[in-house]
This record gives sequence, C-alpha cells and structure tokens, in this order.
Amino acid sequence: MSENIAGATTRKVTIKAFRFNAETDYLPTYKHYTMEVGKDELILDLMNRIKWEHDGSFSYRRSCRHGICGACAIKVNGKATLACKQNAIELLDLFDNEITLEPSSTKRAIKDMIIDKSDFWEKHEAVKPYVVTDVDPRPEGESKQSVAEFNNFLDSDLCIQCGACHYSCPALEVNDAFLGPAAFAAAYRFTVDPRDEAGKERLQTTFESAAGVWDCVKCFECADACPKDINPIEKIGKLHNMQFEQGIAVSNVATRHAEGFLRGIKKTGFLDEADIVTYSEGYLGMYKHVGTAMKMMKSGKIHWHSGIPFIKSIPEIKNLSELQKLIEISQTNKL
Amino acid sequence: MSEQLHYALFTGCTAKQSTPELLSSTLAVANKLGIKITILEEASCCGASHLQDFDEFLAHVLNARNICYAEKLGLTMITICNTCQLNSAMTKHALDKDPELKARVNEKLGEVGLEYKGTSEIKHFLYAIIDEYGLDNVKEKVTTPLSAFNIAPFYGCHNIRPTELHGKSNGNENSYNPTSLDNLIVALEGNPVNYSHKNKCCGFHVELQANHTSEVLAGNAMVDAIDNNADMMVTPCPLCHLKMDTYQDSVGNVVGRDIALPVLHMPQMVALALGCTESEIGLKFHVQKAKQIFTEAQPA
Repeated sequence: MSENIAGATTRKVTIKAFRFNAETDYLPTYKHYTMEVGKDELILDLMNRIKWEHDGSFSYRRSCRHGICGACAIKVNGKATLACKQNAIELLDLFDNEITLEPSSTKRAIKDMIIDKSDFWEKHEAVKPYVVTDVDPRPEGESKQSVAEFNNFLDSDLCIQCGACHYSCPALEVNDAFLGPAAFAAAYRFTVDPRDEAGKERLQTTFESAAGVWDCVKCFECADACPKDINPIEKIGKLHNMQFEQGIAVSNVATRHAEGFLRGIKKTGFLDEADIVTYSEGYLGMYKHVGTAMKMMKSGKIHWHSGIPFIKSIPEIKNLSELQKLIEISQTNKL
Repeated sequence: MSEQLHYALFTGCTAKQSTPELLSSTLAVANKLGIKITILEEASCCGASHLQDFDEFLAHVLNARNICYAEKLGLTMITICNTCQLNSAMTKHALDKDPELKARVNEKLGEVGLEYKGTSEIKHFLYAIIDEYGLDNVKEKVTTPLSAFNIAPFYGCHNIRPTELHGKSNGNENSYNPTSLDNLIVALEGNPVNYSHKNKCCGFHVELQANHTSEVLAGNAMVDAIDNNADMMVTPCPLCHLKMDTYQDSVGNVVGRDIALPVLHMPQMVALALGCTESEIGLKFHVQKAKQIFTEAQPA
C-alpha cells in the first residue's frame, strides 16, 4: 500500500492480460502490466489504463459504463466479470493480488478481450426472444397483465445479453448444439409472458436432446456468473416442469430419469440406484452399463440382487406410509 | 469444546447403497471428534435435482418433510452429499422467503401431522467440521498425518454454487476460489494440490442422457489433478466420487489418457488422519484400487 498526494491509498499490482490477434497470431501470449490501483477503480478502469498508459493496441469492448449494455464482459481468473461493475480491489483480495484478464471465451478470441459472439446470438435467436402475437392495430382496450404475471418474468427480463453465463457453461464447452443458459432464460421469459403465443414452440425447442434443457449438467455456474442475478438455472428448472405440465415432454432416457426417481422413493423412501438406470435406459440400453455394473459388484458397491424387483436390496425409511400418502396428495405432474 | 456438538444426520440415498464407506467413515469421524450424531431414519431422497425437474412442488414437500424431522429434534441437519445439501437448502430457502408456498406445502404436510417451521439450519458435514468444530481442534486429534500424500481437493458444484444460497451455511466460501477443503487437507498435514478444475463440474448429473459431456467434464478434472501430481482426489460429494471413481476407464478412453486416481470421500480422508480402522474407512469399496492408501498412511 502507498499513499498519493490526496491521501488515498493505492496498491501496486502486476496484472496479467491475454494478448492475441487472430489475423496475425497463431497462439496467444500473456503480458504483464504494473500499476498502482486505487480502492474505487473498476476492472474497466484497469483495462483503460493498460490501453492509455501502457499499450495503445490493447483491445476490448466497452460502451455504457453502467452495467447495462453487456459489452465489457470478460473473465478474471476464470470468473465471469462485467468489467464496468466489478471493483478491482475486491478481485485482487479474492485472488491474492494475482489477476489475469482474459476474454469471456479464449477460443473465440478475435483480438485480446474481443470475442466472436455469433454463437451466442444464433442460439439466442433460436428461442424467439420476443413476444410472438398478432397485434391488433386498432385494439378496443389495453392489453393488461397482473402484477403476478409481470413478476413471473421480471428478473429474466433484466438480461443484458453480456454472455457471462453462456461462456461460463461447461456443457456448452463440450456440446456445440446446446443452446445454453442465456437462451433458456430468454425462452422462459417470453413463454410465461401472457401476451405471447409461441410458448409451446419454445418448450419444444428447449426439449430437444443435445440442444435443450435436458443436457444441462446442473453445475450452477450460470447462477454465479450472471451480473444481473437472473439465476438462469432456476429458469431451466421451470422449463423442465413446464414441459411436463404442457405435455411436451415425451418418454426418453432423460425424462424417465427424472420421473423414475419416484419409483424407488414410493417403494422405500430412497432412490433405487439400480432401478433408475434400468428404467431410464430401458432393458435394451443396459448393455452400456454391464461393464460398470460388474466393477461395482466386484468392489461391493452393488450386489447381485440390486435392481431385481421383489428382492429387497434397499433399507426402508421409517414412516414410509406417511411419505407415500404425501406423494399421492402432492404430485402435480405426470409423464 | 465446551459443549458437545450434536447434529441430525441426513444420510441421503448413496450412503445407504453404493457408498457404504461414506456412512461408516462419517460416523467414525464424528465418534473420534466427540460429535453426537442422530440419524434421521425417517428422511427420504432429496430428489437430486431430477425429481425437481419433473415435479418441483412435490420435491419441496418431500424435502420439507425431511427438514421437519430435524426441527422436531431441535438440531441442525447435516448432509454428507453436496446434492442433498443443495436440494434441502433450496427447499428451505424457497419456503422461508415465500409464505404462500410455505402455506401450500404445510397444507400437505398437515395431512400427515407435520409442520415445516424453518427453525433448523442445514449444513454440509465439511462445514460443520470447519466452522463449528474448528480446524485447530481437528489438528489436535491427528494421529496419522497425511504428509506423504498430494491430495487434490475437488469441491463439487452443489456445496459452493449458487453462492447466494450457500453463503450462510458454508462460511461464505467463494465459488471462484474455494479454500475450505484445502484448509482441511493442511490441518491433516497433507499437501493440497492446486489445480484449476477444483471447483468445476464432474458431469455426474448427465451421465445417462449426455454421456459424452459427462465423461469429458470428469476427464478434464481428473487429468488436471494428475498433471499437478495428485496421488489422490478428495471430495465432499458421493456423486462426484461415483462419477470419478467408477468410470475411470471410459473417461480415460474419451479424453485419451490413462487415468488411475483414487477418489476419497472427505470423511474417509479425515478418518485416515484420525486413526480410524480400515473397515470404518472402507477403501475396499472403491472401484479404483485405493486400499494401499491405508497401509501407506500408517507411521513406520
């Protein structure tokens, strides 16, 4: 810590930044920039200072400086960061004064922090992120909605399309077809809008295997990445439920895996680990699991009778009949 | 400790089926530390996020019922599975902030003479040990220091994310730079392995419907640990354990590497350092050979 003339304390740090130019470079490099950082400086201020005080060729996107345009989303030590909203000292504290600035997706880098976001926009577009309805040019009255109806999509409406969740999603890293958390949050937002008429279509789009919500890995990275606290995975959960409610969900390995939990729970109170695999995959799909099952049997993780109906392999919880009654009176969805 | 710690243990399904070593090592650790445990024998499956995908309201009713039994005992409910922790805490969070939902759930629970009040905290055993028992107190009980081992902490998503949900019960662990498991390893005199995948996803939850994704995620984490000289991995979540212990051959095929890395449950590692017995630690239940760790850990 040192003190400047105004008496404000600053901290001398060396910032590492990803440098790459897709037109000329084969591989990226990381360059170091040393500067005094004040307590009120934002990550965006540090990027400005790299450009203005160290290297004018350093490139990044910025626009509103008010956390509303989403342009300056980058990653700091892997943490999705909206540069104009994030205090620098906070992150320096979190990462022991060693911070590395990287673009939201290093593999999509064009120049330094600037990435090609076309995949984000294509996926966003795929869920029709707008109200679909025939607008009457001479309406007799206003199109009204209740406070409750509005509150249903209020938080998801705050999305600024910064891509923080999208480029933090590990399922997307592996599976190019996956639509991703931002597209799902948008699909939810317009599907629950009472003016909209494309809900079923969106539920179908987000039901498709590989692209849809059933390929979500449940890591909650999107919830922590979102600078607007939209909690995209919560919307993913709602889409799952709506697919059952509106009869979009058909029986497949993913939906049976969800619904099949109840089979074991009704019988003993516990999930039946062997039955859930058999029921989800179907007997024909079980060939994939024979090798694993043999290994698990050898180490005593499962038993020869695991999953065989009419043989008790799993203990029962106390007060099972009470649980069974609760399921009977509380179940709302069917497959 | 001035007052004996006493918890209601929610075992979850896995500890009662494919990972008996998780339950035995948990009870052994509690016994060594003088922590009193009452098992919630009435508690059912948490839904593991999958039942929630099918029927969220039903999942809330079942989880609220589990919590009721901890409330009746007037105890904090502890979990030994990250996914149990997440789903129980999500129900508690949802009911505590939404009186209308709480009333709807209680209407169902009332039919069987139960009422959810919101009086019990829900905490993973890892954080009970660290935040309530205290690492300094754990240190004093170490009889078998783990100094011979490089141990890669694997945190498991559902204990650290979403931050907003877990902050109060996990000592405000930062999901981008978690430290609790590292600190526990240090307290047991082991060498924590620093690697970037420690807070990433293992892929367990899409094992069936998106197998390739699942295998790649598990592989990335394990290869990262191995490349940073890990002798073993340790995790507070039995689902991470199952994914990474059971599928090493197929994961290795997908990522193109030979993988042979024992994956211990967090309580197994503590039990090892506290001098619990071989059968309590239960390394024989691992698919990837791990029994040698017990022998290697014993003082010469």
